[in-house]
Formats: sequence, structure tokens, C-alpha cells
Amino acid sequence: MRRAGRTVAGQLVALALLAPYLVMLLTALKPEAELRTSPPRLLPSDWQPGNFVTVLADPGFQSWLRVSLVVAALSTALVVVAAVPAAYHTARRRFRGRTAFLLLVLVTQMFSPTALVVGLYREFFELDLVNTYSALILTNAAFNLAFAVWMLRAFFASIPREVEEAAAVDGCGRLRTLVSIVLPLARPGIVTVVIFAFIAAWNEYVVALTLMTDPDMKPLTVGITSYVTAYVQHWNLLFAASTLAIVPVVILFALIEPYLVAGLTAGSVK
Amino acid sequence: MLIGAVVLFPAVELVRASLSRYSITGLYQGAVGGRNYARLLQQDALGPVALNTLTWVGAVVGLTLVISLALAQFLDLEFPGRRLVRWALIVPWAASLIMTSKLFVWIYDYYFGLLNRALVALHVVRGPIDWLGDDRTVMGAMIGVGVFVSLPFTTYVLLAGLQSIPGEVYEAARVDGASGWRTYWAVTLPLLRPALVVAAVLNLIYVFNSFPIVWTLNDRNPGFGHDTLITYMYKIAFKSALRDVGLAAALGVVNVLLTLAAVLVYLNTVRWRESFEA
Repeated sequence: MRRAGRTVAGQLVALALLAPYLVMLLTALKPEAELRTSPPRLLPSDWQPGNFVTVLADPGFQSWLRVSLVVAALSTALVVVAAVPAAYHTARRRFRGRTAFLLLVLVTQMFSPTALVVGLYREFFELDLVNTYSALILTNAAFNLAFAVWMLRAFFASIPREVEEAAAVDGCGRLRTLVSIVLPLARPGIVTVVIFAFIAAWNEYVVALTLMTDPDMKPLTVGITSYVTAYVQHWNLLFAASTLAIVPVVILFALIEPYLVAGLTAGSVK
Repeated sequence: MLIGAVVLFPAVELVRASLSRYSITGLYQGAVGGRNYARLLQQDALGPVALNTLTWVGAVVGLTLVISLALAQFLDLEFPGRRLVRWALIVPWAASLIMTSKLFVWIYDYYFGLLNRALVALHVVRGPIDWLGDDRTVMGAMIGVGVFVSLPFTTYVLLAGLQSIPGEVYEAARVDGASGWRTYWAVTLPLLRPALVVAAVLNLIYVFNSFPIVWTLNDRNPGFGHDTLITYMYKIAFKSALRDVGLAAALGVVNVLLTLAAVLVYLNTVRWRESFEA
């Protein structure tokens, strides 16, 4: 009986969390005319799944999607390429400045680019990189690198040294050991890092808003806001585009959730 | 060391960004000395904005912790359908903040928003409320969204904390004759303290630096009446008539120092060294 009560309470909690996104989906399915009914209705009376087609066929949306994909994919690649050796190195070796390095990583992880956005803009302005992919890719990579290094470090540290020693005895070189022994063992960590870095870049807003002023270079987060301005009010298209952007990300996020908390509370969880 | 160079590149980029910000102030210092900071203190908006920031951070972090603690406690129980709740909790976390903010602009809408519709139907309010246009409600409306998006992470941190408390502790308390509430106050909360501190300080940092919610929900209102230090800085630099990079940079330095202070408090509380020296 108590368990049944908990189930009901659980469903209410889930409903409260999902309700706003349900409104998003239902609004995305309304025709333009039904956006302006007062009092408003929850359900569309004329269902318009065609809104999703409209959005997908919109050259603007296609361009934002392209920018988002390029930035998220390349910054993620950069994060992995840089984080794997760094994490391995700090997990296995003690070197001068290791403590300072790890401290720097932790401080970076807790910093959001927002506080630095004025400085970032000046920097990329002086380098003439405003409205380029490189600017956004570098910024995203830099801010997600910390999480990646910290997360992977924990994974590498948990792999017993004996495994690597055994590989060395069997005649594996350093690189070969890393590639064919260590990396496969750390796979959950790498998957987590890839998904996390991708989503963080995918959702990033402030830096993109500031650096990408050219309409052709805006990512989704910035671009979709042009569906609703002082002049046009396509809330249904805005939410259709948002739904398309959110659904894949939620699924990916659910996959890495078990590792995420430990990674984000860096330094406090053993 | 080669590896170090590869890794440090973006980190250096970061430091350089911060240095270049100092150098802007430095640049302007040549002409105006420390007057950017002096001018910052003279801005009429600074007082109210600082107060807004305090309200925003205090209310969002406070409410988030209380609600998350209840949620985490609930999710620590066994019941069918628990996975559904955990899964639902992921959505506001994974969704882009700007999209969630836009969504709430729509839900809060005076004429067409479902919040007013629901409240009127339930007779909670007599007529619709202009949530985002009325000076009395806009901060509360923003805080609501702030709490909503901060809940998932906080709940997961506290849940991890709860699950790390060994069951034997509760058994021992029961054997000693402690009641449910007494066990909670004397056993659960003290053991949960580290997780609570981590959640509190990380939220403090995140919420202070939060931009999209205040930016989006407050964008109809002129002036700086409901801005936080972060959106105020952004408006000074890029949007307002001021477009004053020197002034914004001065405020940026203040913001960075405030964040840094919170980060140091955090690192000090979690004794980060132990986590990898051990």
C-alpha cells in the first residue's frame, strides 16, 4: 500500500518535471492561429505535425543545425584528443607541477565562460576570429576539457598497473599498451566524456551569442530565438525546433547519468 | 611534458582570455587610471543590481537545496516506477537552458500563457498576472525557473550522498531506540553534510554565473531593474547605450573574483588534495 502511494507520488513528481516540456511539444503541434486563442488551450484542436517538417526544411534551421553539429563535434574531438594523454599522464606519473595542474583543471571546471565573456570577446576580436568556427570550438573545448581530464583520470587510476606491466612483459610498447589495453578498459569514461562535451557545446549559449553575430554562423541555441522576436511570433516553430534539439540530448544524457554526478562534483567523491 | 603542452593549450587560451581582459583595463588605465572601477561604484544601477543578485542566488540556491533534499530522500526509497522519476529528472538538466527559458516565457505569457489559465481556473488568482512585466513578480518568476533547472543536478548529488550512508548506521540507531525523526536529525543530516556542502557551493557558483534565464525572462523590461551582476555586465559591454568595454571589464573582474572566492571555498571544504593523493 505504501509502495503504491510512493508510485503515485513519483508519477506526480515526474509529471511536474515534464509538464513544461509537454507544453513545448503540444505548442509545437499547434497551427499558427491557435497560438493566439485566449484563454489558451492545452491541446491543439488542429494537430500540425507539419510544423516539424517546416522547421526541418527551413534553410535557417539547417544552417544553425550545421553550425551546432560542427562546433559540438569538433570541440568534442579536441577535448578527447587533449584529455586522454593528459589524464593518463596525471594518473600514472608524478611530475613537477602536477598538483598545480590538477588545481588549474578543477578551477577551470567550476568556471563558466559567462564571467569571462567580455575578455573572450576582446581576445577573439583582436585575433580576428569573431564569427569563425575556431573561436567557438576552442572556447567550448577549453571549458569542457577540465571535466574530461578529471573524469578520465579517475578511470585510468582505477586500472591496475599490473595489467599494463603484463602487457609490457608480453612485448607491448608504450603506445600499443595505451591503445589496445588501457583505452578499452576506460571506455565508459571516454563515452561519458564524449557525450558530456558534445551536449555542453550543443547547449552553450552566451559565448555563441557574443561571438557569432553573422546569421550564417549562429548555432541552434542562438538561431532559434529568431523565430520569436518583436516582429514575428512563431512560437510553434520555436518549440518544434527546440524539441528536435532537446530529444536526442536527453537520451544521450540518460546514458551517462550514473557517471556524471561523480565527475561534476570533482574532487569530493572518491 | 609534450603532453602537458597539448593539454595546456586551451587552458593557456583561457588564461590569456583573462589576461586580455585585464589588459583592456590596463589599456584604459593609461588614459583613465583606476577610474573604471571608480565609475563602476558610481553607477546608480549597481546597488539594486547587487541586491538582485543576492536575492537571485540566495533564493534559487536555498529553495533548490530544500526541494532537492526532499526529492533525493524520496528517490532513495524503493518503489515501482522510480526509474520514471529519475528519467524525468534528466530532462530539465539536459535541455538547453535558453530553450527552457523561452518555454517559460511562453508559459508565463499574460494573454496566452497556460500558467495564468490554470491559476484562474483553479481560482488561485482572480485575473491573469503579467508575470514578466510586473516589477513585483518578475524576480519570483525567474527564481522559479532557476530552481526548476537546478533541481536535477542537486538532487542527484544529494541522492549519491544518501546512498553512500551504510544501512548499518540506521540499524544501530533503531537498536538504540531512536525515533524516525531523531534518526534523521542526528544521523542522516550530519552524514549528508559533505554532499550538502558540495551541492550548495557548486550551485552558488552556477547560479551566480547563470545568464540565459535572467537574460530571456527579463528582456522585455527596460533598464537594469531586474538584472544580476552577470547580465548587467553583459548589457554594459554589448547591449546598452553605454557599450563601455572598460566599465564592463571592471565589473567582469569583480565577477571573476567573486566566483574564484566561491571556488576556493569549495576546494577548501572538499579538501580536494585527498581525493588524488590518497
